[in-house]
Amino acid sequence: MEFAELIKTPRVDNVVLHRPFYPAVEGTLCLTGHHLILSSRQDNTEELWLLHSNIDAIDKRFVGPLGTIIIKCKDFRIIQLDIPGMEECLNIASSIEALSTLDSITLMYPFFYRPMFEVIEDGWHSFLPEQEFELYSSATSEWRLSYVNKEFAVCPSYPPIVIVPKAMDDEALRKVATFRHGGRFPVLSYYHKKNGMVIMRSGQPLTGTNGRRCKEDEKLINATLRAGKRGYIIDTRPLNVAQQARAKGGGFEQEAHYPQWRRIHKSIERYHILQESLIKLVEACNDQTHNMDRWLSRLEASNWLTHIKEILTTACLAAQCLDREGASILIHGTEGTDSTLQVTSLAQIILEPRSRTIRGFEALIEREWLQAGHPFQQRCAQSAYCNSKQKWESPVFLLFLDCVWQILRQFPCSFEFNENLLIMLFEHAYASQFGTFLGNNESERCKLKLQQKTMSLWSWVNRPSELSKFTNPLFEANNLVIWPSVAPQSLQLWEGIFLRWNRSSKYLDEAYEEMVNIIEYNKELQAKVNILRRQLAELETEDGMQESP
Amino acid sequence: MLIDLREEYKRMGLPNNYWQLSDVNRDYRVCDSYPTELYVPKTATAHIIVGSSKFRSRRRFPALSYYHKDNHVSICRSSQPLSGFSARCLEDEQMLQAIRKASPGSDFIYVVDTRPKLNAMANRAAGKGYENEDNYSNIKFQFIGIENIHVMRNSLQKMLEVCELKSPSMSDFLWGLENSGWLRHIKAILDAGVFIAKAVSEEGASVLVHCSDGWDRTAQVCSVASLLLDPHYRTLKGFMVLIEKDWISFGHKFNHRYGNLDGDPKEISPVIDQFIECVWQLMEQFPCAFEFNERFLIHIQHHIYSCQFGNFLCNSQKERQELKIQERTYSLWAHLWKNRGDYLNPLFRDDPSQTQGTLHLPTTPCNFMYKFWSGMYNRFEKGLQPRQSVTDYLMAVKEETQQLEEELEALEERLEKIQKVQLNRTQVKSKQSEPSKHSGFSTSDNSTANTPQDYSGNTKSFPSRSPSQGDEDSALILPQDNLKSSDPDLSANSDQESGVEDLSCRSASGGECAPSEDSGKDPDSDEAVFLTA
Repeated sequence: MEFAELIKTPRVDNVVLHRPFYPAVEGTLCLTGHHLILSSRQDNTEELWLLHSNIDAIDKRFVGPLGTIIIKCKDFRIIQLDIPGMEECLNIASSIEALSTLDSITLMYPFFYRPMFEVIEDGWHSFLPEQEFELYSSATSEWRLSYVNKEFAVCPSYPPIVIVPKAMDDEALRKVATFRHGGRFPVLSYYHKKNGMVIMRSGQPLTGTNGRRCKEDEKLINATLRAGKRGYIIDTRPLNVAQQARAKGGGFEQEAHYPQWRRIHKSIERYHILQESLIKLVEACNDQTHNMDRWLSRLEASNWLTHIKEILTTACLAAQCLDREGASILIHGTEGTDSTLQVTSLAQIILEPRSRTIRGFEALIEREWLQAGHPFQQRCAQSAYCNSKQKWESPVFLLFLDCVWQILRQFPCSFEFNENLLIMLFEHAYASQFGTFLGNNESERCKLKLQQKTMSLWSWVNRPSELSKFTNPLFEANNLVIWPSVAPQSLQLWEGIFLRWNRSSKYLDEAYEEMVNIIEYNKELQAKVNILRRQLAELETEDGMQESP
Repeated sequence: MLIDLREEYKRMGLPNNYWQLSDVNRDYRVCDSYPTELYVPKTATAHIIVGSSKFRSRRRFPALSYYHKDNHVSICRSSQPLSGFSARCLEDEQMLQAIRKASPGSDFIYVVDTRPKLNAMANRAAGKGYENEDNYSNIKFQFIGIENIHVMRNSLQKMLEVCELKSPSMSDFLWGLENSGWLRHIKAILDAGVFIAKAVSEEGASVLVHCSDGWDRTAQVCSVASLLLDPHYRTLKGFMVLIEKDWISFGHKFNHRYGNLDGDPKEISPVIDQFIECVWQLMEQFPCAFEFNERFLIHIQHHIYSCQFGNFLCNSQKERQELKIQERTYSLWAHLWKNRGDYLNPLFRDDPSQTQGTLHLPTTPCNFMYKFWSGMYNRFEKGLQPRQSVTDYLMAVKEETQQLEEELEALEERLEKIQKVQLNRTQVKSKQSEPSKHSGFSTSDNSTANTPQDYSGNTKSFPSRSPSQGDEDSALILPQDNLKSSDPDLSANSDQESGVEDLSCRSASGGECAPSEDSGKDPDSDEAVFLTA
């Protein structure tokens, strides 16, 4: 298929663009295979370059010969184009619709994008599982790398290399995989060096209604506990949901068969419930006509902050089990690709100082989301303005980012990165020129040959010029566990994401700038003082030498 | 004297050709809840003022609150007129005309009644009410619906109940917050302030503000508008002056409103609390515009209730004079000024857009801008607050910067000296400069930061105290001392540890739980103390 077939009208003049916080601009609208471009053809006015894949929904309106297209983006921005001429307007609208919903991944922009920057470090090789494992292997010999999933034969949503208990051979792992949803046998997610306890994650056990068991599964899970130690299985579903899952062949671990383990049920919502929550929240944020009380009740009705609280609470509980109880954890929900990953990754943010650095956080995203098989392609296909209620679209990753932001807000000096990094990750998960978030798992990414055909997001982010935008000037390495508050009073709406297009951030930006200035000036003085001290010391020793005969 | 209202009026550019100091209220002859020194239009004779005062509730006649010298426009305040259904008063009409004529640039003035229209109409039956536009020449009359003290008292009560809920869900909290109506009231007050500030700065029209008696809502609205208009009130000293002027001198009834003495509980209402919260909401939106920080507001609020200082005793200037408050008590302002280092906002900028002139709030109704102030209403629950303070961090950086500047100067001097000495080949011994330790600015409250809270969600209690029951100073004033963390309130919060014990109470299989190890001494906390020491 050629893009040209989809573009009936590639150019329209005298189009007026309205967007938040900018005066209206008149210019020429151009459609390319991947971008919607508006250029005023004046040197100093900014142009609009919008990825078609960022478009979530469009509305058309006509008043006489003047057509209006309202474009609702996946990053929640809403822009309006006034297009003279009904035919042009209809053509543009249908082209945008077609181009923003391409059915083949290989037609997406990352496959066409050629970077204008020099690649210093290829992000596709920045976070190799072997390297990550080395961080653990010095501390423990109880775990090993397994290549059992080399051809994605055992578990299609796992990466080729996983970390498993040393005591389990690959044959046993294959058997365990048949007992776990999607073949997702328990693997190591995090090793807590302080006390040797671990977080593992998996899919639900396929016990079914007649209580099927799997000796290898029991052996694997028990093998991770030393004698006399206890563990907790955190099921992210409420008990009744887990019980209902048995009817469909799923289920949960019977404690009798895992005697050292206690099971805890939490209730993190999934799929369309989260998607509806997002839709309601963004609707409330965009509607500025209602009064104060209405706003709070709509915020409440969206349940977004309730989901945040539930996810954070579960992550804190997991971290608490590990750090305070000295117990290992196994976490799963149904598939083990959504709420499970929210919990395992947030627990690491709380426990592991490294995951609060830029590099460590990227590694966490790579390990716990991309490699772990969170289906980005499905979950992020549509955003808050979609009306096709597909079951698999869900802002699971955005909720995770929001939770990280909540912790960052409570510990503003303990993170090497700032809010901008989180916002950037949100944007790229939904629409990007990079291949990182394409596909639903490593197996699909492999088949698409993303490493060869597209650029990694990390290749771009980790360049010094970009990194500076994402660096938190307040950062001071904090090697402690950080325990966030999950009380409703402590959780806030993430304005940087949800009110980004509804309120001017001028004064907040100014404050940020001032903060940077204060810290930069301090560093500058520090450097100057150090130089002078050295000079002085040198002069004084010279002096001393002259003095002594 | 630190705070001097005569100086303040002088700063505003008074007296001038249009405004003069009136002695009509000498010895409180006209109005016993007003101060003795008041500014009125030059053309308002004593006859007009006295006549007008007889037509106003409690004889609180229109007097100047703020003068905007940039465009010679004023904000005046009074109580409601005793208009009933049809009564008129020539002197009162002349008074308003005099106010209008005192700003020659404008041919009308706004009369802002801060009450809901219904309340104002109901007052007419009692012989009070509001100005009839037909009787006064060139006024534009405007209602702004701020509720009365009883509604506000109940609203705060409801909100505090929400704050005190044990482990509330997000819905409990948001529903409770909404049902309390508190943020709606805060917004109404700010909206009124914005309306007046706009009238003054953009339309160049003077404004007369009143409510019923003109000492609650009027004080709120006048002071919010002044704060928006004049950067001086956004400084430490200016803010004290503002409270002194619009609240203390104009007879806001502190004894009654904050229950300083045993009295009528129906008189109690968080009127100034709301003003203080309005300022906080503005600080959140304009982080560089204020010289002071959140702690400053919280401490002022605390001392309004504490009765430790004399400033907020009594209901009027007259009472204070009779009790010789100034001679017999200490002033909070001196205390705050002495410790001003604790109250500075490190982000405050003298020059740029935020501090110059009027603060412009967005015109569209942005409800989401109004946030729950947990730093105030849950201030005793340290666990709920951000565990690291950006303000304290930046203040520490700034302090170090200052030391560095000094050291740099000293070093340069010494270097110069040595170079000179070396040139002269004279031998002078100089001491090695003391290496300054760069010891980080960890201002986080690591002891609580490293105590897990209760994440199983059913045992934790957050005993919240209503702000009207101020705590003793030690708990409240925790400026930078928490670095040394000797405050028992901060480090030994055993409450926070309770979470550890009941981890598995949600366990599906009957909640049976192996006895948890005694966590004993918290290694991280110890470490934290060690690190920050």
